[in-house]
Parts: sequence; structure tokens; C-alpha cells
Amino acid sequence: MMKSKTLQVNFWDVVVPVLVLVGLLVLWQFSVQIFELPQLILPTPLAVAKAGLKEFKTLAVALLTTGAAALAALAACGIFGLLISLLFSQSAVLRRSFFPYVIFLQTVPIVAIAPLLILWSGVNFQTIVLVATIIGLFPVISNTTNGLLVVPKVQRELFRINRASRWQELWKLRLPSAIPAWALGLRISSGLVVIGAIVGEFFVGSSGQYDGLGSLIFLWQGRQYTAGLIAAVVATTILGLAFFGLTKLISNFLLNRWTRGRL
Amino acid sequence: MASASEAKLNRVPSIQCSGVGVKFASADGQPIAILDNLDLRVESGKIVSLIGASGCGKSTLLRAIAGLQPIDSGSIDLDNKVDQPSTEKSRVEIGFVFQEPALLDWRNVWSNVALPFELGTSNGQPGKVLRAKIESLIESVALRPADYKKFPDQLSGGMKMRVALARALANDPTVLLFDEPFAALDDILRSQLNDLLLALWKNRSPTIVFVTHNIAEAIYVSHQIAVMSKGKISRLIDIDLPFPRASQVRSSSDFAAIYGDVSAALAEVAR
Repeated sequence: MMKSKTLQVNFWDVVVPVLVLVGLLVLWQFSVQIFELPQLILPTPLAVAKAGLKEFKTLAVALLTTGAAALAALAACGIFGLLISLLFSQSAVLRRSFFPYVIFLQTVPIVAIAPLLILWSGVNFQTIVLVATIIGLFPVISNTTNGLLVVPKVQRELFRINRASRWQELWKLRLPSAIPAWALGLRISSGLVVIGAIVGEFFVGSSGQYDGLGSLIFLWQGRQYTAGLIAAVVATTILGLAFFGLTKLISNFLLNRWTRGRL
Repeated sequence: MASASEAKLNRVPSIQCSGVGVKFASADGQPIAILDNLDLRVESGKIVSLIGASGCGKSTLLRAIAGLQPIDSGSIDLDNKVDQPSTEKSRVEIGFVFQEPALLDWRNVWSNVALPFELGTSNGQPGKVLRAKIESLIESVALRPADYKKFPDQLSGGMKMRVALARALANDPTVLLFDEPFAALDDILRSQLNDLLLALWKNRSPTIVFVTHNIAEAIYVSHQIAVMSKGKISRLIDIDLPFPRASQVRSSSDFAAIYGDVSAALAEVAR
């Protein structure tokens, strides 16, 4: 019974989407051939696959480079987001003074400041991490600060009755209560840091000194290497999915541990 | 050790509320008196139930006694002085049981009960003593070792309340305050927990103030019922039923007579 049920789930969750994908690829292949579209505009999936194989090493290096930058940025968002939120939760003055500038992180168009950051900080890994962190930080700060502040009154009173110090309240009540909010913030950030890293690389791309996916896209766009470009897009998607999967795993674990199904 | 705990028993405080006033701001900014020049005395080691309509101020009074609600006028004394020379007025340990169990979701039964020992200026009991203490607390509310590792989402409403009770007892409180703790539970669970409450009182005989909506519950667990209305104690009714109380007393004619008396007092203040 159990076995057939898992098979059924796998059929709808895996087999059907794969069939859809194969169908679309076949459709794409034949439309390009039938309508005789130029390779420059839309290469066939086979041509994209060939380009992907040919550039496999370049793409793999680029994917790992961008992935490393995005991962570093995600870690930075998690750590700094939590630290800033802890400060915000402890001082209304700090919160009121600095929160407007945190919103600035969210609203500033990253494409506008990425060139400035590169100018100041140079064409290097740290700059890409910085750009990606700026883009990913807001959801973590916003979610976590909120999580630290909205602890139920009855639990705060429980701590008061037991003469908890402010530090104990933060450490044993507010922080554990805010962990789910922090994890959800990170989940939102996980998509943003990948975009942030690629945007950052896009701007350093012209220099030819950097190996990330963004720089590759910039380079191949200039060479009108469309098949390679699409292969790079596929690599970006793979990276994005990997990130989403990773943070989903982590946040599910944290949510389960700290909310016990409350969320 | 024995003498220390005896000394502790001697210091079960009485609660003296004199002219207590608490005002809240209403929606239009006018202050409303929630507690209005209220007087109440709860003798050391006695159980008094506060009963009255919603909004009469019973929860506010309870919270004021606990120090969770600042008062605007009057005084509340938890007097634990012992009639001996050289007695410093030591601080009173208060246990508070909220309307909801307020367990921490991420802690299991054991560490929820252990929480009070981690807070405040911990007096650093050795781990072995602490473990024995937590074990006896959990046992005292009739939970089993099999429940130690369960998380709140794995417990029924009644079990959660038992954990909350054990936690409230952690610091050997001499004053126990209950804010409609069993209101959300069905009658059978409620009467089980009423018996548990009386058993706990018999063990340690703390001074107890018990807020409830339920007349039968108020009669069953108390020495005295204080009927509240409009921020004052409008009537005190002594409960002359023998201790220890058994559930048969609920069907006795004395119980029915007191029930009638309390209902009448409530109906009178409602007018």
C-alpha cells in the first residue's frame, strides 16, 4: 500500500514535470528548424546542450564562483541580520534612528550602486559578496527584528514573575521565539543573494578579470554567443534552485525544532 | 535542612490590599477606575477566590498583587515578617498561573519546568539536587517520566496546564496566584485539577488567590470567596466546608446553600 502511494507521488511530482520539460524541448527544437530561425536569435536546445558541453569547465567554474559569493553573502546576511536585529530589539532609539536606512537597503536600485561599490572596493570576490549582501540583508533584518519584538505578553510576564534579567529574556525567550522568523527571512534572502551576486558580476564582467556567471553572461552577450548565453542562464537557474533547496532544508529544520508545527 | 523549610513555612505571607486604585485610560482619554479604593485581606495559608463579572477588575487585582500591574494609589503588602528578633523581611516567592499555560514551544516538559531555575539570580543548586527537584515537581502534578521529553504540541490541554502548575511551583512559592487557569478545560479535567490544586496546597500551604468565573469551582477550592464588582470587593463569603474536600461535597446540601448564596450575591451586584 505504502509503496504504491510513494510511486504515485513520484509520478506526479517528478515524472510529469519531466515529461512536460521534454515535450517543450522537442517543441522548441522543431519550431526552430521548421521556422528556420537564425542561431543568433534562438539556437536549438541541441545547440545549447552542445555549447554547454563545450564550455562545461568554464560554466562549472563560473557556477562555483558565483555560488561561493552567494553563499558567503547568505551567511553574512544571516549573521549580520541577526546581530543588527538583536541591537534593534534592545533599543528603540537605535531602531528609530537606523531603521529608515535599513529600508534604504531595500529600496536602493542595486544596479545603480553596484558600479560605485566596484569603483570603491575593486574587482574582487569581496565586492560581489558585498553587493549580494546588500540586496539580501533587508528581509532578514525586517523579519528577525519583528520576531524579536512580538513575543506574547504572557510569556514576557512569565519571565518577569521569575525575575529574569533583560539578558535572560533576550537569550532564553526573544531569541528562540525569533528563530523561525530569522529562518523565513533567510529563505527570502536565498533567492536575492544569487541575483545580487550575478548583478555584481555583471558589472565587473566588462573587465574580464572575474569568472562568475554574471561576468560570463556579460562577455558572451558581447560576442553574440547566444547558445552559450542560454547555457549560462540554465546554470544560473540550477544555482538558484540549489540555493532554494538548501535554505528550505535548513529553515524546515529550524522551524520544526523551534515552533514544533506552530507555523 | 528541616529547620530551614520550617522557617519557610512560618513565613507564608498574608496579603493586605488597602485602598488600592488602578486607572486605565479609556478610548476617549478619560481615566476609568478599574480598581477603586479596594480593600482585601487574605490570611496566611488561606485560599481566596475572586469571582465577578467580566471587567470587574479581578484579573487586574491579581496582577497588581503579582507586581505585574502598577497601582495608582493604596498599598499591597505581602507580609512575611516573623515575630522574632533579627528577622529581615525576605522577598516573597510568587507563583503565577496564567489563563493559558504559556509553555515555551521549543522546550520539552522537563526544561519548561526547569525554566525558573535558569532565571533571576540563580542560587546555583548542584545539578543532582536540581534534577531531583524537577522530578518531584513533575511528579507532584501527576505527570510521568515518560512525559519528560514531550514537547507542548504533544500534550493535551490538561497536561499543558499541569506543566504550567509544576513550573509555577518551582521556586517554592509562598504565594500562588491563579488567573482563571482552568477556564478552557472541560468539567472533568477541571475538577481533576481542582483536586490537584488542593493536594498541592495541602503539601505546602501557600497563600492562594484564585480568579475564576465558575461558582462551583470557587466554592470547592476556597476558604473564602470575594465577590467583586466595579473595582471593589462587594461581599466576602466564608466557605464552611471541611478540608480535605472530596468531590462528594459538591452534591451536599451545604454546597448547594453556599452556591445559592454566591449566585445571589453575584445577581445583586449585577443589578
